[in-house]
Amino acid sequence: MSAANTVNPPVLFTQDELGWVAWIDPLPEAELTERHFAGLVDRSRAKSEYFRLLVRDPEVLEARTKTDKDIFYNTADGLPRAERELAAAATSRYNGCIYCASVHARFASTYSKRRDDVQRLLDEGIGADLGERWNAVVRASVALAATPIAFGEDNINELRRAGLDDAEIVDVINGASFFNWANRLMLSLGEPTK
Amino acid sequence: MSTTDIIDTLAGIEPGSSLDAIRARRAQARENAQKSYLALFEPIDASDFSIAERAAVALFVTGLHGESPVTAFYRAKLAAEGASLVEAIEAEIARGETSGPYGAFPAGPLSMENKAGLIYRVAADRKPALGTRLAAALEHAHLLVLRPRDAASADMKALLGAGWSNTGIVALSQLVAFLSFQVRVVAGLRTLGASLGRPANAAASA
Repeated sequence: MSAANTVNPPVLFTQDELGWVAWIDPLPEAELTERHFAGLVDRSRAKSEYFRLLVRDPEVLEARTKTDKDIFYNTADGLPRAERELAAAATSRYNGCIYCASVHARFASTYSKRRDDVQRLLDEGIGADLGERWNAVVRASVALAATPIAFGEDNINELRRAGLDDAEIVDVINGASFFNWANRLMLSLGEPTK
Repeated sequence: MSTTDIIDTLAGIEPGSSLDAIRARRAQARENAQKSYLALFEPIDASDFSIAERAAVALFVTGLHGESPVTAFYRAKLAAEGASLVEAIEAEIARGETSGPYGAFPAGPLSMENKAGLIYRVAADRKPALGTRLAAALEHAHLLVLRPRDAASADMKALLGAGWSNTGIVALSQLVAFLSFQVRVVAGLRTLGASLGRPANAAASA
């Protein structure tokens, strides 16, 4: 994206839909080969500037995308989708990724029907009181995002007291950890725009 | 079934254990976290980001998270791929270690949450040993690990100016970001495993 494009960066966390513009050149759509489409996984992602930038390394993008989809979309068992999205939103709020937080706060609201609580996470930050179960998920996500990693036995115990079994705890670990990957790409390769 | 899954190995998850069974329920994620690792460390094309540079950045990134089995793993990898760099990277880890995430939000109501911290730069007298490209990569990696919200378009220009291509920048960013994921999954699973008693305990398999 050239410097001539107008960027109107958001200054607050929001559940609104945001755009994203790259700071270095994505591949032009016309130059994508079958190797690139394999990396994109969904052909429709060729419309996204973000994915056309990441597809410069198609093998990594393909593996990353398939990791992402299973962690969040495979709800045959384990943690409800809403709480996986909560882990993603809390991680993004703590790391400071306004774009990622907007997407996953929206998903958390959609799947939980608790839009006001999700908005309080965005407005008040990671200390917002969202009830025992959500507080445990948020605190575990934040402890995992810290460097050095602060996640410990206390987080496991708190998640268990809130009713999560071991498989559900693994879904929290996977979802929160994955957003430490996603946040760093979104924050460093471009910026959100309203 | 995967062979020598790197996350399972580093987290101490034994075949047949209860965590092994739980991990098997997310087989696609498990398999593709492994494929991500292979695509980053055994790429089909390393022309934009060499194997030794990848191992050096990996030791630096995992070292910034504190010593762990993950750090030891990437230290051994760098010893194999670029042994002459190990000492310099260890010295830079010691200079760069701090607590994160910190950094600034876009100017506005969130500015009250801004948190100042170390702006890491490679030691001037170590730059000749590391080279311009790797020195720039370490500075960028530190930014991504500890203060990702500070990242700006100027940081892309710094990498381009140090000789990184657009494709190399994407691979470097993926490597740092992937390791930020991997080190956390391993830490989380180790903690959970320890809470179950012995991580290798197979008695409670699902």
